[in-house]
Amino acid sequence: MASIVSQHTQTRRKKRPSVGNTISTMLQYVLLIFLALLFLLPFYLILRNGLATDAEITALHWTFFPSILHFENIQELFNDISVPFAQGLFNSAVIAILQTAGQLFFCCLAGYGLARIPYRWSNVVFYTIIITLMIPSTVTFVPTYVLISYLGWVSSLQGIIVPFLFSGFTTFLFRQFFLGFPHELEEAGRVDGLGQWGVFWRIVIPNSYSIIASLGVIAFIQSWNSFLWPLVVGQDPSVYTVQVVLSNFLNAQVLNLHELFIGSAIAILPLVLVFFILQRYIAEGFKQTGLKG
Amino acid sequence: MKSSSSISTIETLTSTTEKQQAVSRVRRKSHRTTLLFWSFVGPLVLGLLLFVYVPIVWSILLSFYNARATITPTDFVGLQNYQAMLEDKSFTGSLLTFTIFTFFIVPTTLIGALGLALLVNSVQVARGFFRSVFFLPTACSYVVASLVWKMSVFAGLPYGLVNSVTALFGVAPISWVSSTNPPWYWLVLVTVRLWLQLGIFMIIFIAGLQEIPRELYEASFVDGAKRGWTTFYYITFPLLRNTSIAVLLLCIIYGFQAFDEFFNIMTGGNQILARPPLVYLYNVALSDQDYGRGSAGAMILTLIIVFISLIQGRIFGFGKAD
Repeated sequence: MASIVSQHTQTRRKKRPSVGNTISTMLQYVLLIFLALLFLLPFYLILRNGLATDAEITALHWTFFPSILHFENIQELFNDISVPFAQGLFNSAVIAILQTAGQLFFCCLAGYGLARIPYRWSNVVFYTIIITLMIPSTVTFVPTYVLISYLGWVSSLQGIIVPFLFSGFTTFLFRQFFLGFPHELEEAGRVDGLGQWGVFWRIVIPNSYSIIASLGVIAFIQSWNSFLWPLVVGQDPSVYTVQVVLSNFLNAQVLNLHELFIGSAIAILPLVLVFFILQRYIAEGFKQTGLKG
Repeated sequence: MKSSSSISTIETLTSTTEKQQAVSRVRRKSHRTTLLFWSFVGPLVLGLLLFVYVPIVWSILLSFYNARATITPTDFVGLQNYQAMLEDKSFTGSLLTFTIFTFFIVPTTLIGALGLALLVNSVQVARGFFRSVFFLPTACSYVVASLVWKMSVFAGLPYGLVNSVTALFGVAPISWVSSTNPPWYWLVLVTVRLWLQLGIFMIIFIAGLQEIPRELYEASFVDGAKRGWTTFYYITFPLLRNTSIAVLLLCIIYGFQAFDEFFNIMTGGNQILARPPLVYLYNVALSDQDYGRGSAGAMILTLIIVFISLIQGRIFGFGKAD
């Protein structure tokens, strides 16, 4: 940790690497590799336990990996009628896709309108939206539940999806982005005879893919991983999300460890894939939404 | 505003002078702007009004009524629900749980995330790989992580990972989740959140580090500063002040909303050991169906979170998030 700020390659290259530097670099790598293994440990446990039998998981002596990989655990899980796992996966996918698409649609439109259309009450509208940022939706789940039950949406997919389509924060980030969008591009579109909507759909949107991807992938992750709201509203097995299914399974009286862990592996697989494909956008998105309350 | 638009249309048809025509054109343009603005922003504002503002106002009303198993109550009770909540040992206990949780999670997150960011930033080879590894838990949900922590990492039986490791040193297996003396369950709850959120805060710190101008370090080397703690103490840390405060407040706000890991790890009889505000509220509103007290509790929590957000807003301003 001694040369913790030694990222200055330029100054460093001029000097001959001293013994002390080499040792501290080696120590840094040793520490990094140790921490990396520690961070990967839970993923290893999910795979190890998911592909083992219960007897192997609960054995007194730790086995690094099951000698025979029990891929039939997957089939067993999907055939287990006490766990609506396939239904949960399907519901989670529908909810995450619709929530992401809807949130992007509403917030992108509003962000553009706020940034570009010179309406005289624009500021008042903007502050009406901004005020909602102070109150995280999880804290107000009781009020929202009251409204949803009034609408008769308890145990329905729309009850889980709709309240989270309208995000003040995503709107705010889109507005900030569009404020910096080059006017020249839009002007060029107007010269070509496009109206405001034409400019938006044909010029602004195609040039905003990176922010759409960043905010979209964050929305997808949050939606797929969310638990409290689907738990509160989805009171019937037909609308359980995969997280709710796993939670019920975890707290069930009869424990079935290998099914529980292979279920976890399957539940995180979509996001791990998304992570590897869109990692750049996720990091970018979190840099911005990191300030999300 | 809107009624004048039809008049302006008539005006254009009937008026003859150029001046009148110009006036009506301006009016029509402003009418068009209004329409255009609301066609872009209207859907979102409508959604926010219906799904954020209406519930909160409704809940404020409910909090003054006796609303057991009903959402359209008639029995006005004034501040009784608030009084009941604040006198309820379980509710104040849940705020204490949050305070203890914050006490553990905030310093560990700050130091851990900053340490990871500095470490990842300081190496040349495989920097991207390490950053990805520390960030990968983002793909995992709190439910799955809780499950792994409860059933494998900190499983109370000898087959648990930590118990297997400590057994090598001859330590008897510990039931981590239900042990009260010492309260080992805090170790379970804090480490699971650390694993899940360190990567996100590390990314924020790395972004902050990259904004520090390199010339500052070079100038300090010319002035004879040594690499290591000196430059960290006099340059890196002061210039990361804003980032650190942002991470600190975010960490508190996230912690305030903690639900998933407490709900899934502290189950059954263990729940009372560490029950944060949202889990308590879930019990009152959903299990007991008492929407009056549930709403009062939600309002108290909202006031607390608004207070924290105001501090955040005061320090950073809303416009600085970009």
